[in-house]
Parts: sequence; structure tokens; C-alpha cells
Amino acid sequence: MSGTALSGPSQARLARVIAAHAVRESLRRRVLPIVLALSTAFLVLYGLGAHFAFGELDAIDPEALVEIDSRELAGATLSGLAMFATLFLGSVVATFLTLGIVRGDAESGLLQPLLARPVARGTVLIARTAAAAALSVAYVVAVFALAALITWIAGDYLPDQLPVALLQLAAAVVVITCISVLVSVYVTSTAQGIVVFMLFGAGLTAGLLGQIGEALDSDSLIDISRIASYALPFEGLYQDGLFALTAETSGATGFLLSLGPFGGAQDAGLGLDLFAALYCVALLAAATSSVRRRDL
Amino acid sequence: MPDPDAASALRIEGLSKRYGGGKLALADVDLEVGRGELVGLLGPNGAGKSTLTKIACGLVRPSAGSASVLGVAAGSIEARRSLGYLAELFRFPSWLSGEEVLSLHQRLCGSDGGLIERGELLERVDLAGARGVRVGEMSKGMQQRLGIAQALIGSPRLLLLDEPTSALDPAGRRIVRELLVDCRARGISALLNSHLLGEVERICDSVMIINHGRVVAEGAPGTLGSGGGLEIETGSGLRSFERVERGAIPSIVRSLVEAGESVFAVRATGSSLEDAYLDAVADSDSVEAPDAGGSPQAGGRR
Repeated sequence: MSGTALSGPSQARLARVIAAHAVRESLRRRVLPIVLALSTAFLVLYGLGAHFAFGELDAIDPEALVEIDSRELAGATLSGLAMFATLFLGSVVATFLTLGIVRGDAESGLLQPLLARPVARGTVLIARTAAAAALSVAYVVAVFALAALITWIAGDYLPDQLPVALLQLAAAVVVITCISVLVSVYVTSTAQGIVVFMLFGAGLTAGLLGQIGEALDSDSLIDISRIASYALPFEGLYQDGLFALTAETSGATGFLLSLGPFGGAQDAGLGLDLFAALYCVALLAAATSSVRRRDL
Repeated sequence: MPDPDAASALRIEGLSKRYGGGKLALADVDLEVGRGELVGLLGPNGAGKSTLTKIACGLVRPSAGSASVLGVAAGSIEARRSLGYLAELFRFPSWLSGEEVLSLHQRLCGSDGGLIERGELLERVDLAGARGVRVGEMSKGMQQRLGIAQALIGSPRLLLLDEPTSALDPAGRRIVRELLVDCRARGISALLNSHLLGEVERICDSVMIINHGRVVAEGAPGTLGSGGGLEIETGSGLRSFERVERGAIPSIVRSLVEAGESVFAVRATGSSLEDAYLDAVADSDSVEAPDAGGSPQAGGRR
């Protein structure tokens, strides 16, 4: 046998090998065509909806709503719907790509051959997380950018700060990826999927609660929503992304959009992004620490 | 860095492992695998064989004691550069082909063997014709042979093989036997965890039997037990002998010939190692508490 492995590769190089392997694995899974088909179906339906919504702009009665820009209202509401749907689909993708990434793979015997190699457990975990996050980000950016393109074609409307909305959406799905990875350390694949989606639902519910609090001028509900936004920062990032859709819209239109049906739009500022970054680092540190101590 | 001149490929001293929940898997086990030595690890299911193998490759952390590979701590990155491991329960991604599995592991261990090494290894395990076949389409035996090829990537100094032939047919077992003998000839050490006593008896230099996490017998296969049976086909019919030492066989045959018998065939029936194994396990069962508990210092026999 001709191969020798006298000096091993660096952990950085091994991380690239593992990440490339994880990306290839994701792209070769049989479920990928289904994800693409469902995403295409969503975009087609969204395109039909946008076409009809912009075609019926005259039906929006301006008498009751003074100074309303009906095109702006329809476009922003449709974009809010697209953002909500994209975040949901992106969460499904992120959860799927990280399903069983630690405990599930250890129980099925997939992890042991990798970890018997001279690669640190932390390297494997971080590399696989990075691969899943990169694919999830690429997915949500592509879907939402296409939805924005459809909205522009159908109604000549573009969100006020599309790059910011894309960035926040991407950050939200990275947070969900990291949550899913941490959960995968402790529970089996099925339980992992259930836990992540319950947390996802809890985050969105807290966002809606905050929106209700704004409408009712309830400080308690607003506080609950704010705390939830930090406990599950994907929700805060989503709200910030929603805000970016209409950040430069003012007057009655802006007010109506802030009460939109897809959660409250809030300008969280750079602080939330920094917090989300630290949050992800903390989740991965906790996951890595736990994996290092685990008997496999 | 691992010491290529270290006397021991694997040295285990006072190794104990107690899992969460209190189950004692290993109790004060000592083991040494010399350079170019093939050591068999035997024991009933749940005896602690896989735990010991996993500690040696860093998948399980010991509760007490130490393990080193070529002089460096087992489980360290440096130690793992020197070994090849095949788990008892393993799986490769079903979407990869056999060659892709080997390519991945070449990159993980930094092997410079490339296509030539992959081809040689696949040929060694009789998978040369299946290099493009996806793992998901392989039989269990093919996957196990691929696992053995994977363990040999990068010419490791120590092989840790946990039940490497459990899914193999007789032809596959022979391939693995020949491979291990060849590895030994090239100075590669191996710890072979197996239930197949005949196989271990045939190829291993020494054997350790553990039960309830404790060493209950060890030594060269021929020195354990009091010999197996013997069947000799003679002109006057089949003659059977029980518990015959290997060294006594020529004199038995000679005495039959001198007595005027025509000897047509001589067959060993039963394995001396099998008897030794069953005796050792039965003895330890009779004195062991059902939960294998007790003090780790209660210890192995060396």
C-alpha cells in the first residue's frame, strides 16, 4: 500500500475538507429536488398573487385611508409575506441540513469513522455547521431576491432597503442553524426537528405578541416580545428585516405597514446583529464543549 | 509526535471505564500490543471489548488509567495520525462511492497515496470492480470490506479492528486474514476484537479474554487451555481423541501407524482456544456480581 500519512494536515485544512464534504452531501440528498420544487411552487404562487394584487390597486379605497400609497402598501405587504415564507422555508432547510448532525450521526455510526481521524471534534462540528449555514443563507437570499424581483416585475415595487432585508434574513437563518446544531447534541433527529420548530413558532408568536402590545400600547407585552427577541434573536433579526422593507416609508402608509400581518417591524440597529453573532458563538461553544466530553 | 521507534504500538495501563448510570465497562485492564504484533481481544457481548477499542482511538474517555499509541496519549490528534480504526457499528454516507469514501479518508489523514493507494486497497479487499458503486448499493459484506480498506488508508502503524469480519462470508474472512498477516509482516500492529475464535487462534500472536470488564485470561493462543479434539480417519474407521495438545498430534499418528493402522486424514475438532475461552468466561461468571460492579481496583489478572 503506497500511501503514507506521516505529517497530518492542519485543522483549518481539515475543516475545509469536512465542510466541502457536508456541502456535497447536502446537494446530493434526494430531498433537494423536492425543496427546489416546493420553492419554485411558492414563487409561482407568489408571482400570481403579486400580479393580481397589483392589478387591483384601484380597489383600495383611499377615502378611509388618508394619504395612502396603495402601490407601496401592496408591495410592502407582499414583500412581508415573502419574507415570512422565506424565513419559514429557510428554517426548514437549516433544520433539515443539521438534522442528526451530532447525536443522530453518532448513533447511526456515521460520525465514528470521521472522528477516529486526526481531526478535532470541534473542527468537525464547526465545519458542518458552517456548511449548513452557508447553504441555508444561499437558499434564503436566492428565494427572497427572486420574490423581490417578481414584486418589481409585477408592480414596479422594490423594498426600501433590500440588501439590509436580505442580510437580516440571512442572519436569522444562521441563528436557527446554530440553535439546531446545539439541540442535535442532546436529542435524536426527530426530537431535534420538533424542538427547533417549536422554538421557531415561539419566536414568531412572541413577535406577534409585541405587535399586539404596540397596538394596545401595552408595555408588558412589548417587554415580553423584546426579551423573546433576545432569547431567540432570529425573531429580532426578522423584525429588523421587515423594518428594512419600509424603512424610508413615512406617513399613514408607513404606520399601516408597521402593523402588517407578518409580525412587528422594528429597527433593532447594529446592537442586535452583534448580539446575534455572540449568541451564535456561544451556542457553538456550548455544542463543541459538550461534544468534546461525549463518549461515542 | 508519535515515536516510530516506541516499543509498544499500544500500551494500556490500569484502564477503567464507568459509564454514566454507574455501569462498569472496564476495570483495571492492562494490555500491550508490541510493534508488528497481532493481538486478539475476546469476550462475550458486553464484556468491554468495544469500549477498550474506542478508548484506544479516542472515541471514549477513560475513567481511570492510561492508554498510549506509539508513546503519545491515545485519543490525541498525534495518536490518531498513527492508527486505522474500524468500528463494530459503522456507516459510510450512502451517496458516496467506495472510491469516494477512501478519497475522503485520504484527505482526512493526509495520505499522499492518491489514486494508486485507493486502487491497491480496493483490490486488496476484493472491491476493485466496485470502486464506483455507491455505499447504499453495497451489501453488508462489501461495506465491511470497504471499512477495512478505509482503516488501512495512509499505512497506519496500529490497526484497531472491532469485529472486522462479522458480516463477511468465508471468502471475505480469508481476505481479511491474509491482509492482517501481511500487515504484521510489514510491521503494522493490530488489535483484533472478534467473536470468531478460530480466526483469532489462527492469526493472532497473543490473546486477551475479558469478561465483565476484567481480564480473565491472556497469553499465546497455543498456551491457553488444554488442547482441542482430534479426529483421525483410519482403515478401521474414525478414531476420536479429546483435549489433545498440538505437540502430541505427531506421536498419536505415529503410534497408530506403528500399530498397523492406515491413516487417511487427520482433523482438529474444536478449538483449544474455544475451550480456554469458555472455561475462563464460566469461571469469571461464577464469581462475578450480575451488574459487573465492584471496585475498579478489584482488577484484571496479569
